[in-house]
Amino acid sequence: MFYREVGQYKTSYAADQALLPILQDRIGIAVILLIAFVAVPLTASNFALDSVLIPILVLSLAATGLNLLTGYTGLLSLGTGGFMGVGAFACYKLTTFFPNVNIIFLILCSGFFAAAIGTVFGLPSLRIKGFYLAVATLAAQFFLSWCFIRIPWLYNYNISASIEVPTKTMFGLAVTGPTASSVTRYLIVLSIVAALVLMAANLMRGRIGRTWMAVRDMDLAAELIGIRLYQTKLLAFAVSSFYCGVAGAMMVFLWLGNAESESFNINQSFLILFMVIIGGLGSLLGSFLGAALIWGLPIVLRHAPDYLGLHIRSATVDQSTFVILGVLIIFFLIVEPHGLARLWQIGKQKLRVWPFPY
Amino acid sequence: MHLLYSIFVDPFMQMGHAPDLLVQTLWDGLVSGVLYALIALGFVLIFKASGVFNFAQGIMVVFAALTLVGLNEHGVPAYVALALTVVVMLVLAVAVERAILRPLVNQPEIILFMATFGLTYVLIGLGELIFGGDPKVMISGELGLPSGSYRINMLGGYVQLQKIDIAAAIIASLMVAGLGIVFNRTRIGRALRAVADSHRAALSVGISLEQIWVVVWFAAGVVALATGIMWGARSNVSFALEIIALKALPVLILGGFTSIPGAIVGGLIIGVGEKMGEFYWGPLVGGGIESWFAYVIALVFLLFRPQGLFGERIIERL
Repeated sequence: MFYREVGQYKTSYAADQALLPILQDRIGIAVILLIAFVAVPLTASNFALDSVLIPILVLSLAATGLNLLTGYTGLLSLGTGGFMGVGAFACYKLTTFFPNVNIIFLILCSGFFAAAIGTVFGLPSLRIKGFYLAVATLAAQFFLSWCFIRIPWLYNYNISASIEVPTKTMFGLAVTGPTASSVTRYLIVLSIVAALVLMAANLMRGRIGRTWMAVRDMDLAAELIGIRLYQTKLLAFAVSSFYCGVAGAMMVFLWLGNAESESFNINQSFLILFMVIIGGLGSLLGSFLGAALIWGLPIVLRHAPDYLGLHIRSATVDQSTFVILGVLIIFFLIVEPHGLARLWQIGKQKLRVWPFPY
Repeated sequence: MHLLYSIFVDPFMQMGHAPDLLVQTLWDGLVSGVLYALIALGFVLIFKASGVFNFAQGIMVVFAALTLVGLNEHGVPAYVALALTVVVMLVLAVAVERAILRPLVNQPEIILFMATFGLTYVLIGLGELIFGGDPKVMISGELGLPSGSYRINMLGGYVQLQKIDIAAAIIASLMVAGLGIVFNRTRIGRALRAVADSHRAALSVGISLEQIWVVVWFAAGVVALATGIMWGARSNVSFALEIIALKALPVLILGGFTSIPGAIVGGLIIGVGEKMGEFYWGPLVGGGIESWFAYVIALVFLLFRPQGLFGERIIERL
């Protein structure tokens, strides 16, 4: 009823291959973008922007990066935090070397550094697979974390061993640093994320995405039909790390404002992996849903007792948050192992046939 | 040239000059290797029988040790507390089987892996809620574990051996021997091996998967308890212990996910390699390389044997 594609004829190959072949999808995306770009900046409070929306967008981008690798290419990686760190530190060094270059350009450039490092750590992926590879990528995580602490050059020999974001301006507006307003940072994060996710969506329906998915489904068969496994896997590592690197740079420059090596430790990697799996492996929408759920849930849980008028010690709340989060993760996995993205698909089907059940 | 010298010559010269230090380092490595091996053993038991990569093994170690110490703090005598902790681990095994494994049967490995993450969070939260987040002292004296150390005069110096470490090595060997007997000689052990070979074939000859899973998770829980006691006796019982679970991962890829001898040998290799690397080569790059050096060792092995030292040969077909 609400979601019928009846009567929408595709008369050319281009129309058949379009990113959003159905009219309702196009309208839906346009509405979402309109809300995100216009309505939210006009209405949202600084708290909502700073501690909810910007983090969710940044983490979604990192989750998208991991999803390209784990969900689309089938390579399990636990080094996401490390690659995000590479992006962040690369961006920081770039701003010290090129203080006059546009900051957005530098953020995007730092992704290439992360991509290079990611490719190096993707090298074992031809020999080893599955959980063995996951553990091998842990090596990347621990090695990179160690570098962030032990190489003082990376944080300009700062005594606090952390990076402080310098104030950068664009068109006379402060974009990064303590004086930048939340709305400005939100809009920049949103633009970068939107552009990169659009790129990922296009990548996925083209030749590269299809080779990745072939490798995921069965790498031996993919090799037999002429896909070069090594190049394909390394490319997946590179692109994935690029996304993670940009997300890491944005995390420091447009969200946190300063960062230490701790921000990019193993827990960050696990968190992003949660988002991808809860959201849905192999789904760009899933990356956003997963990030929103994993980031939003603790915030809700932390504020819930206040709204309910209960007074509980904050330590107890934190510990209960852990338990509830763990139980919810298991619950979601049992109820919907294919992730939240599958729920949306089921919902679409329901909308399509409503009001008749079949 | 100088760099090459300090990598390939200098450390060995040091070893030659101070053989007592070398023996001490080797011993320290072996001791931590035993503990890594015990954690890896817990992983391997569960992976073999249920195909679950149990990330919660590390927190199970902490949880078991905390339960033991916490019960003792509330006035339960040490040995009774030990028995009660074993019961708690049994309850945990049943709960995991009911709440996680049974509903998630036949799901992809990665989903089960994630579920054990959820379990980790639950155990962290529960442990802190019930017993508090402060580090606790392990009740090694009450449990009859020795303390103090031997000083042995050898090779022109002294080598110090902690008694608790010797006890740990003995207990670990006893546990491995016991597991070996259970696996090879008993009815339930044969059933376990059958399940490890093929779930479906085991089901078809009437082996109850649910029962096997409970047994295996319980065995892993007991191994975790032993690990927790040993590790807790060397340092304190705190949530920082969870980190050692990550230390056991290179042991797993080195030894193979499905091999118990692999876990033991891998643990010892990683333990020794890590301590030697840290002591002799660490200063070259500023120290602290323990966190990743084990992974490098494991990766080098993997390049030659992708299935690990003792893992089953990987045969891929279309």
